[in-house]
Amino acid sequence: MAGEKGVVLLDLWVSPFGQRVRIALAEKGVDYEYKEQDLMNKSELLLKSNPVYKKIPVLLHDGKSICESLIIVQYIDEVWSNKAPLLPAEPLARANARFWADFIDKKVYECATRLWKLKGEEQEVAKKEFIEIFKLLEGELGDKTFFGGESFGFVDLALVPFVAWFYAYETCAKFSMEEECPKIVAWGKRCMERESVSKTLSDPTKVYEFVLFLKKRFGVE
Amino acid sequence: MEEEKREKGVILLDFWVSPFSQRLKIAMDEKNVEFECIEEDIPNNKSQLLLKSNPVYKKIPVLIHDGKPICESMVILRYIDEVWPHQAPLLPSDPYSRAIASFWADFIDKKVYDLGTKIWMRSGEVQETAKQELLAVMKTLEGELGEKEFFGGDVFGFVDITLVPFYAWFHAYEIFAKFSFEEECPKIVAWAKRCMQRDSVCKALPEPKKVYEYLLDLKATYNLY
Repeated sequence: MAGEKGVVLLDLWVSPFGQRVRIALAEKGVDYEYKEQDLMNKSELLLKSNPVYKKIPVLLHDGKSICESLIIVQYIDEVWSNKAPLLPAEPLARANARFWADFIDKKVYECATRLWKLKGEEQEVAKKEFIEIFKLLEGELGDKTFFGGESFGFVDLALVPFVAWFYAYETCAKFSMEEECPKIVAWGKRCMERESVSKTLSDPTKVYEFVLFLKKRFGVE
Repeated sequence: MEEEKREKGVILLDFWVSPFSQRLKIAMDEKNVEFECIEEDIPNNKSQLLLKSNPVYKKIPVLIHDGKPICESMVILRYIDEVWPHQAPLLPSDPYSRAIASFWADFIDKKVYDLGTKIWMRSGEVQETAKQELLAVMKTLEGELGEKEFFGGDVFGFVDITLVPFYAWFHAYEIFAKFSFEEECPKIVAWAKRCMQRDSVCKALPEPKKVYEYLLDLKATYNLY
C-alpha cells in the first residue's frame, strides 16, 4: 500500500465519533484532509482501510489506517505529544480518564439511539436510563471546569459531540437536559467556548433533521 | 469525611472463572508484581469492598493499588503496563503498533465474551448464529496472527493476554454447540497452546472441565435448557 504522506480523515459530518477525532486534531493544530463518506455507498478506500468494521471514523496517517475513535484519539495524543496533552501524565489519572471515556462509549450512543428509535414504554425506559447515565457523569464532573480538571481532555472530548444531539433527544423524548442535568449543560457551554469544539460540533437543528431522516428510514413515527 | 487509611500493596478483587480477572493475573505475573487475590462471591454476595470500589458497575475484576481502585480489565491492563513498565512491557513502544494492538484487544473485548455467552446460554437458531459469528471472529484473529508466534510478534503481549483466558472456555463452547475449535481455527488453538507454555498463563487459567461444570450449574440454576 503506497504510503501517501499526511493525515486523512474518513468521516461523516454528523458523527459524534468522527467529531472526537476532529476535535483532537484541532486541539493539536494538525493539518489534515477531510473526506466525507457516503455510508450508503461505501468507498473502496473506506472498505480497504477498515475491513473489520467498515465504519467511520478512520484516520490515515502516511497511508496507515487507524480505526475506532478513542483509539485514534490516543494515537493522535501520542504522535503529537508536544501540544495540548489529552490524557493526564500520571497512571492513576490516566486510568480514571480511560474508565470514564469507556463508560461514555459503552452507554451513551446505544441508549440515545433507543431514545429516538423507540416509542411509548420502551422510550420512557430509555429516557430514564439516559438521564441516569448523565447524572452519573455529573457526579464525576463535580465542580470541576472539565472532566480532566482545569484542562479540557480525553473524557471531555469523548462526550462533548453528544451535546449537539441534546436538542434532538429532548424533542423526541420530551424532556429537558437543562432541567435534568444542568451541570452537564453548563459544562457543554464551557466546552463550546473552545474553537476546536465550536467549529466541530454540528448545528443541533441539523442533527435533529438528520434524526428525523433516520426515523423515516427506520419506519419510526 | 474520615480520611481512609491507604493500605499499601496490590489487591485484586477476583472471581475464579472470570477471564477478565485472569488477564490481570497473567499481566502481573509476567511483571513479577506481588498481589493479593480476594475471591468474591459472585453474583449473590458481593463484598462491601467491591461495591465501594466499583460503584458504577459493581463487577470484578477491580485492582486496588495502595488503596485506590481501578476498574474495567482493559483499563487496568494499561494501568499495570504503565506503573510497572520495565519488566515484560505489554504494549509496543511506537504509537502505530500500539494503536494496532489496542484495536485488536478492543475487538476481542467487544466480541468474544458476548458470543460465547450466547453459545452456552441459548439453543437452536440463536446458538447456531452465535457459533458462526464466534468462528468468524476467530478466523479474523487467525488472519491477524498470521505466521507470528504471538499477536505481538516474537513477544507475548497485550493482545495475547486479552484473548488467552477464553481458551479455558473453548471446551465448554465446543460441547454446547457441537463443534471443534481445532478443526475450525487450528492456528488459534496452536497459538493458545504456545501461550499455555508460559507459567503466567497456565497458572491463571482454570481447568476447562471446571469451566464446563460451572456453566452446567449456572444453566441448572437459571433453568436454561
